Amino acid sequence: MVEKTVGTKDAAAPGTAAATPAWEYAPAPESKDFVAIAPCHDLFVGGKFVPAKSGKRFRTVNPSTEETLSEVAEAGPEDVDAAVRAARKASRDTWSRLPGKERAKYLFRIARIIQERSRELAVLETLDGGKPIKESRDVDVPLAAAHFFYHAGWADKLEYAFPGKRHPRPLGVAGQVIPWNFPLLMAAWKLAPALACGNCVVLKPAETTPLTALRLGEILRDADLPPGVVNVVTGGPETGRALVAHPDLDKVAFTGSTEVGKAIQRTVAGTRKRLTLELGGKAANIVFEDAAIDQAVEGIVGGIYFNQGHVCCAGSRLLVQESVHDLVVKKLEARIQTLRLGDPLDKNTDVGAINSKPQLERIRSLVDAGVEEGAEIHQAPCRIPAKGYWFPPTFFTGVAQSHRIAREEIFGPVLSILTFRTPAEAIEKANNTFYGLSAGVWTDKGAKILEIATRLEAGVVWTNTYNKFDPASPFGGFKESGFGREGGRQGLLAYLDFES
Amino acid sequence: MAKKKKNPGDERLGVQKTYKLYVGGAFIRSESGRSFRAPGAKKGEAAVANVARASRKDLRAAVSAARKALGGWADKTAFLRSQILYRAAEMLEGRRAQFVAEIAAATGATERAADAEVTAAVDRAVWYAGWADKLTTVLGSLNPVAAPYFNFSAIEPTGVVGVVAPDGCPLLGLVSTLFPVIVSGNAAVAIVSGTAPLPALTFGEVLATSDFPGGVANLLAGDRAELLPHLAKHMDVDGLLVGTGDPAESKLASFEGAESLKRVRALRPKDGDWFSHAAQSPLWIEPFVEVKTIWHPIGV
Amino acid sequence: MAELTPSRLLAPSPAAFAVRPVDRIGVEERAASLAKRSVKKDSKTRGLRLVVSMTDLTTLEGKDSPGKVRALCRKAVSPLPGDPTIPSVAAVCVYPNLVPVAKRALRGTSVKVASVATAFPSGQAPLDVKLDEVKRVVEMGSDEVDMVIDRGAFLVGDFSRVFDEIARVKEACGEARLKVILETGELETYDNVRRASRIALLAGADFIKTSTGKVQPAATLPVTLVMLEAVRDHEQETGRAVGVKAAGGIRTAKESLQYLVLVKETMGDTWLTPALFRFGASTLLNDVLMQLEKERTGRYQSADYFSKD
Repeated sequence: MVEKTVGTKDAAAPGTAAATPAWEYAPAPESKDFVAIAPCHDLFVGGKFVPAKSGKRFRTVNPSTEETLSEVAEAGPEDVDAAVRAARKASRDTWSRLPGKERAKYLFRIARIIQERSRELAVLETLDGGKPIKESRDVDVPLAAAHFFYHAGWADKLEYAFPGKRHPRPLGVAGQVIPWNFPLLMAAWKLAPALACGNCVVLKPAETTPLTALRLGEILRDADLPPGVVNVVTGGPETGRALVAHPDLDKVAFTGSTEVGKAIQRTVAGTRKRLTLELGGKAANIVFEDAAIDQAVEGIVGGIYFNQGHVCCAGSRLLVQESVHDLVVKKLEARIQTLRLGDPLDKNTDVGAINSKPQLERIRSLVDAGVEEGAEIHQAPCRIPAKGYWFPPTFFTGVAQSHRIAREEIFGPVLSILTFRTPAEAIEKANNTFYGLSAGVWTDKGAKILEIATRLEAGVVWTNTYNKFDPASPFGGFKESGFGREGGRQGLLAYLDFES
Repeated sequence: MAKKKKNPGDERLGVQKTYKLYVGGAFIRSESGRSFRAPGAKKGEAAVANVARASRKDLRAAVSAARKALGGWADKTAFLRSQILYRAAEMLEGRRAQFVAEIAAATGATERAADAEVTAAVDRAVWYAGWADKLTTVLGSLNPVAAPYFNFSAIEPTGVVGVVAPDGCPLLGLVSTLFPVIVSGNAAVAIVSGTAPLPALTFGEVLATSDFPGGVANLLAGDRAELLPHLAKHMDVDGLLVGTGDPAESKLASFEGAESLKRVRALRPKDGDWFSHAAQSPLWIEPFVEVKTIWHPIGV
Repeated sequence: MAELTPSRLLAPSPAAFAVRPVDRIGVEERAASLAKRSVKKDSKTRGLRLVVSMTDLTTLEGKDSPGKVRALCRKAVSPLPGDPTIPSVAAVCVYPNLVPVAKRALRGTSVKVASVATAFPSGQAPLDVKLDEVKRVVEMGSDEVDMVIDRGAFLVGDFSRVFDEIARVKEACGEARLKVILETGELETYDNVRRASRIALLAGADFIKTSTGKVQPAATLPVTLVMLEAVRDHEQETGRAVGVKAAGGIRTAKESLQYLVLVKETMGDTWLTPALFRFGASTLLNDVLMQLEKERTGRYQSADYFSKD
């Protein structure tokens, strides 16, 4: 029999021969040689890449190395106006005249080309945004293609989507502003349903992640999408403001922070513009004592450390039943030791770079607040590279509902752990927030799952799993996490007009 | 100008295709060894080819292949099925010239009309491909029962379904009757057009190169009067889609099918116009799915 | 005879066999995620050599003969003659009648002799006959005994009986180390595998093993993960470290490296030793050797260049 001390990674096992030296993985970098990044990028308006009339440019950097990747055109008010006009023209002259089955075939083509160029897009996404290549390769890009595939199928079946509404019509021109956490995927989530329903679009990607949206512009051009149907105007907050405020939009869609979402609602108030918002969250991930505990620990880890926690629906509050608190914390502590932080292009990296310096500072500031307020901090012992923006996987125990780290969205790899005793208490704590995007429930008992799920004030409830996405599954929030849904039949509502 | 005399030494003999049945993912001759002369388009015209003439044993083998393939096909995600059906559209589009020639030769249609049929068939395939991952949304439901139960209705494929394709529009008619059956996860055994079987059998080449597991779709050519009763009587066939518009055939299918309570439906667009919008509908998918309603208590 | 630990002396109450639920989708996702690890270059070479050293080279056929076993033993000691960097395997695994042959052939080497016993592979024989068989193979000099649990008893819920048999076999093993085969393919669910693991761990197993190799499916990454988690929890509770053997169905070097990843990231690097993890395999070895040769030369290999046995 081999007697071993408990849990220590490096201790030699007494009674055996010399301790086994660690078996390390060799670096396994994904090749980036075949991905060409032009030193400058222009706007994509009217089916062509055109320089910004503003003459301004901004830099986009690789957050893992701080190196500049490219200089990108910054769209000013004139450029935004040109894009909206191009979209309006395409809507009137071309896109609205196409039968649904032809629109469908454009979307199928786009989906196919994304699949064909998947590796290139994944590498580009990782370079520009900092997320691990295994995520951009296995999640972001395949899901983006799937969104186009799924919505292609709806384009000529809208008469079946809503009983009694045999002839829904497009709204016209939509302005869409998307965030930096899933740049290509968010573009797919916005463009696919809008186009399927017959609308034309002006898309504004996030300032720190413009490259995959622009590459998507190339793909749309290769797919022969009629000019002006989709336009990409890169830039910062000013560009976004100009777009949202443009008088000739029929629809505004935004994914981003709650604060900006509220500003947008004020901006469109009183106008004809329809609005959908997908905003922040502070999701409760609830683990009961009768859960499959080892799998729940995986779900907790996936829920908060996936994409470095840059996820609006991240399970950032763990509500664990008190009777299994110590067990779960112990397993979680052991589990985060195996998370690998480093070069996002390395296929074995689990935790990539924080997207930008400002975001890193926000995370640090809230983590400091957590420590100050008296919660106990635990961090994975990752070696932090010299350059780039990084934050190690972190969790806090001893968190109270009133702590800032339990109430405010951190948008980083930081988990707050609270306890509860009964299901009613779990529900109450989970709902005690002005957010309502998502939640997780872990228990082996079916009736309990269904009861808890029906009582949680969240637009997406994952049970015995977390962070699962599918184009057929509607996504969106309750309360200040936004309104409107993306994906599924329900997601089509945002882009259709039933009145006229 | 004098006509150039053809030098026998310059002639090149074409390599003629042997038209076989498509069963279990393979191209086979009939086990009976029989064949029939596929008629030329015009009366009295020489036959175009010898076609394998399916026997009841071939039909039996096809049903068996379909049954084997059913589990795997039904278990695939709807997304994957939609990808595979879309791939078939890609393959068909790529073989446009081949099918235009075959349809024209088999039916006497002009090249333009044959081209329109291929176009319509590709678009129809694309249309059905897009249904795979939307069926449950449109045909299924969450049901608000008046008791503390979560109650939902899921959609499942019926099983092995026979397809009797119409004589006219050998390609479009086949796609229009086969795809609504397989999109939901059913496996199909199809009796193709009797008057123009060649383009239909060539569609097997499209199926074979589209990532369909073998046995999901099987194509039989032969004498429909001989084959249909066996298909209708087969106890391991769960449904029958009759697209010929022949009332006697529909009646036979339903009457003989009653022994195993087959779901039998005669489906045909108005005036037999397979090009019309009425020739495609989710209501053609619906007869060959089962609705499963599940109850689960809600309560801590 | 080894000292009996308290967990074996007292038949535990059924409550002791209770285990937490296991979620199938969660397990399979975690295993699939670990299987995506990229193991290259020197870590691949090192890993593959580790795999060789952890292999129980196995022949369990009705037609096994002394000649066959002798050849296998030569291969076990020196998998690739001419390459001294490739270690011997951990053990040779045979049927009881071939134990003396294996013993003679492996004398003076580091390779252990493992024998199956307890009416392998079905286990459907009276208990006294099975215990007798265990004692005989130990007398013949087996270093390790691979037993099968009573799956019939398990599946009707007679866990005490399953426990009892294992405990008695452990007693009969004396100094020999006991591997307990759960036959996960017959248990079907991960919940069953978790529970059977717990019973075997409480009853004194030195190793828990997935399969006899005679039933499909045999070893899989998710099943092995569930067993490792059971072993990990057991060690936390009792301080006793028990090994895991994945047997049957592992044919390629690539798969074997995935198992190493599983062990490394579930248990830690200290578990990557033949004392705590084994592969039960026959064809795996040559694929591993071919991969090692490919790493060395840069050329993809042909089976012609490696001895079949």
